[in-house]
Amino acid sequence: MTASCNSSTVYSAKDFKSEVKPVWCPGCGDYAVLSSITKAFADLGLKPHETSVVSGIGCSSRIPAYTNTYGFHSIHGRALAVGQGLKLARPDLTVLVAGGDGDGFSIGGNHFLHACRRNVDLTYIVMDNRVYGMTKGQPSPTTESDWDASAMAPPGGTGMTPFHPLAIALAAGANFVARGFSGDPNGTAQIIAEAIKYPGFSFVAIMSPCITFREEQREWKEMVRPAVVEATTDSAQAARRLMTDDGFNIGVLYRGNRQSYGKEAKVTSTAAALEAEFAL
Amino acid sequence: MTTSSGSGSVSIALCGSGGAGVMTAANMFVDAAAEAGFYALFGRSSGPQIRGGEAAALLRLAAKPITSVDDTFDIMLAVDWLGVQRFAAELPLSKSTLIICDPAAGEVPEVYVKTGARIVHLPMKDLAKAIPGGRPNMIALGAVAALVGFPVQPLTEVLGKSLKKKRADAYEASVAAVKKGAEFAASLGDTKKLPAPSPNPGKRLAIAGNAATGLGAIRGGVKFCAAYPITPATEVLEYLSSALPKVGGVFVQAEDELASVNMCIGGSYGGAPSITATAGPGLALMIEGLGLSVASETPVVVVDVQRVGPSTGIATKCEQSDLNIAVYGLHGDAPHLVVAPNSIGDCLFTTQWGVHLAEVLQSPCIVLSDQALGQSRAIIDAPPELNLPGGRLTATTPAEGETFKRYANTESGVSPMPIPGVEGCQYTADGLEHTETGTPSSQSSDHNMQLDKRQRKLTNYDYADHWATIEGEGDIAVITWGSCTGAAREAIDRARADGVKARLISLRLVYPTRPQHMGDALKGVKKILVVEQSHLGQFTRYLRGEYDLPVKPEQLSRPGPLPMRPGEIHARLLSMGK
Ligand SMILES: Cc1ncc(C[n+]2csc(CCOP(=O)(O)OP(=O)(O)O)c2C)c(N)n1
Ligand code: SF4
Repeated sequence: MTASCNSSTVYSAKDFKSEVKPVWCPGCGDYAVLSSITKAFADLGLKPHETSVVSGIGCSSRIPAYTNTYGFHSIHGRALAVGQGLKLARPDLTVLVAGGDGDGFSIGGNHFLHACRRNVDLTYIVMDNRVYGMTKGQPSPTTESDWDASAMAPPGGTGMTPFHPLAIALAAGANFVARGFSGDPNGTAQIIAEAIKYPGFSFVAIMSPCITFREEQREWKEMVRPAVVEATTDSAQAARRLMTDDGFNIGVLYRGNRQSYGKEAKVTSTAAALEAEFAL
Repeated sequence: MTTSSGSGSVSIALCGSGGAGVMTAANMFVDAAAEAGFYALFGRSSGPQIRGGEAAALLRLAAKPITSVDDTFDIMLAVDWLGVQRFAAELPLSKSTLIICDPAAGEVPEVYVKTGARIVHLPMKDLAKAIPGGRPNMIALGAVAALVGFPVQPLTEVLGKSLKKKRADAYEASVAAVKKGAEFAASLGDTKKLPAPSPNPGKRLAIAGNAATGLGAIRGGVKFCAAYPITPATEVLEYLSSALPKVGGVFVQAEDELASVNMCIGGSYGGAPSITATAGPGLALMIEGLGLSVASETPVVVVDVQRVGPSTGIATKCEQSDLNIAVYGLHGDAPHLVVAPNSIGDCLFTTQWGVHLAEVLQSPCIVLSDQALGQSRAIIDAPPELNLPGGRLTATTPAEGETFKRYANTESGVSPMPIPGVEGCQYTADGLEHTETGTPSSQSSDHNMQLDKRQRKLTNYDYADHWATIEGEGDIAVITWGSCTGAAREAIDRARADGVKARLISLRLVYPTRPQHMGDALKGVKKILVVEQSHLGQFTRYLRGEYDLPVKPEQLSRPGPLPMRPGEIHARLLSMGK
């Protein structure tokens, strides 16, 4: 009703936040990620009703309800499926999918691979805390192999090689690959804004400490640094950098040039005409 | 004397190894019969090879609509015997069956000889050899057609359509072979003849159940489909992948069924009526997503073309054993819709209706089709044009100062659902229990309110008389569903001719249940026979658990892969009618 007169409304980051109070522990990295996302939306001049945030299950996946956009808090591991469905049905909307490392790389790992390959024009943010926060601290796919401060981890850790999300995203065909840190909300907002604007599947891994089950991650702020090299459009070069990377370089790593998935459908028939094809 | 099987129709099985061309011949026969005004039902059976290998084309032709296979075959023709004994259980023969085989193909396998069927020789190979480019399958086609009294003319017309332009030499050879086969048939003795076709049949369709399901989805307004291939549902997807883009929709092949159903939920959240199709193993994977659809009240339709389970089971054969998972498989108290088509034509209507219900009631809807419906091709009367008015209840921008409540506790239980893009209606769809505005809540009051609302919208809805197909009168009621319906209908017709009256109740709305309507449909009934294709008797258990039946039902249930045939139901009805 009022959409036309509001079409010129400029929305601030605050306008993108809802009144729902987050369930997160005080000090959780996800607060800052929420701020970075809403700042990116505002900086891009998006409108809350034309934007959507889709997630799975986990502490980080609670994020849609804390924004004032259209949202879907779906089920564990399926955020990318819901998000891709939404974007394919509604290419006019801005779709941001968000969640945790367990949600995205463990139970949802297959969707991650295929979302990278499919290259639907959306942005996927993983708040990586290298632990399952919501279920009280079990090792996740990105957990260090020797981490054993968990009731469920064997002494000495799982011994399993941590998943390398950026390298996998690159290998699977993601069109934009970047790493952010929750302790740098402005830098992260910039990366997210660029990811949203960039065509195709944009993957942003954000190091977001779980101060409850991985207290040592408070030290991340001492360890991260802006990547000293520029983003590349050469996937081989990006791959070499990733394989020598210690996990603490922040910034955009790779910008690809793949065509986004899907094309505008042109109506050429009707239900009645399709039925007539079966008539004798 | 009881009414014999299949009066007014002929049933023919054409068998042969891969490359023998029995499917081609059968398809041509069906097309020609359709042109001549007949009705047909055409199923197929094949060996375990992915492509090629032995195959049997199972045809039934009649002058009036057919919805069931017959008890036995009138003619079984084998181009060769390689692997054909594999089909013995699926090819019931009797003393009145005519087995036609090529003497060059060797001995008739013992399983077929044992039936006492009359065996005659048609030297298909030799006759074909005498025609340059001639093929044994065309000799077979000509002979079988002539035996049942079907003229050569429509056959050559069909050959003309498929071959004349592209391959004139093949056309000539095929016509000559068909004619040769027809001539030779005169020496094979007499067999059952087709009745005269209906002189002016109404509008008819040549369609398979899976294509009808796809067409029903299009009719229902579906605009999004994400799916993962699986037998015997793949043809639904093949159809939709080409048809959906033509009506402005989107088809996407997903990486698995978890992705399929959740992509559909995402597309539906965006405002596009969405559907996916699968079989039992895929439905099992989709169940958690269906719970999300229930809790978030996001419409989605899942077609399950049932096959023999559990696990991979027998992927190419029919069984009605996904009833339990469809009705009871969701965790939590999760009311949802389950509908089941009961004929090939009804795949069209029931899918359209399922889409409509899902949209109107903001609920998942499982459409329980089955392999026998989905993968059989038929000549049917065109299902009537059906106008189902209304669709999703959408929301508009609320007045200044008003908060939009996505899960408002309305009287009907259906709350306005905004399509993203509408200003002021932003909400978070959630599988977490929530308040009326959609904010997560663990309060018992909110849980109770939302449970009641989600149940109420389904229970109080008026499903009109679509809830079941009800036919005939009598103090015996046959309650059945899905592809067993055709056999039950034919059995009831035969029993009536024998003086035993029974009524047919074929359930189209499996969930929610309609106790009042069922009570009315069963008024005056003294005996009930439940017919289903499940080892466990899932449908019988469901009926006894969900409905207050006036009498304890008798049960005629057995598993797939063999289809339920009218004769066995007929025999049971006669003994019940004594
Ligand atoms: C199918 C299913 N399995 C398990 C769970 C339990 N579960 C909820 S969140 C979660 C892991 C969350 O970890 P992550 O995605 O890394 O998010 P975080 O809480 O750390 O932000 C698990 C295992 C669930 N909700 N659903
Ligand atoms: S448990 Fe960890 S991830 Fe979850 S809210 Fe607390 S700090 Fe954040």
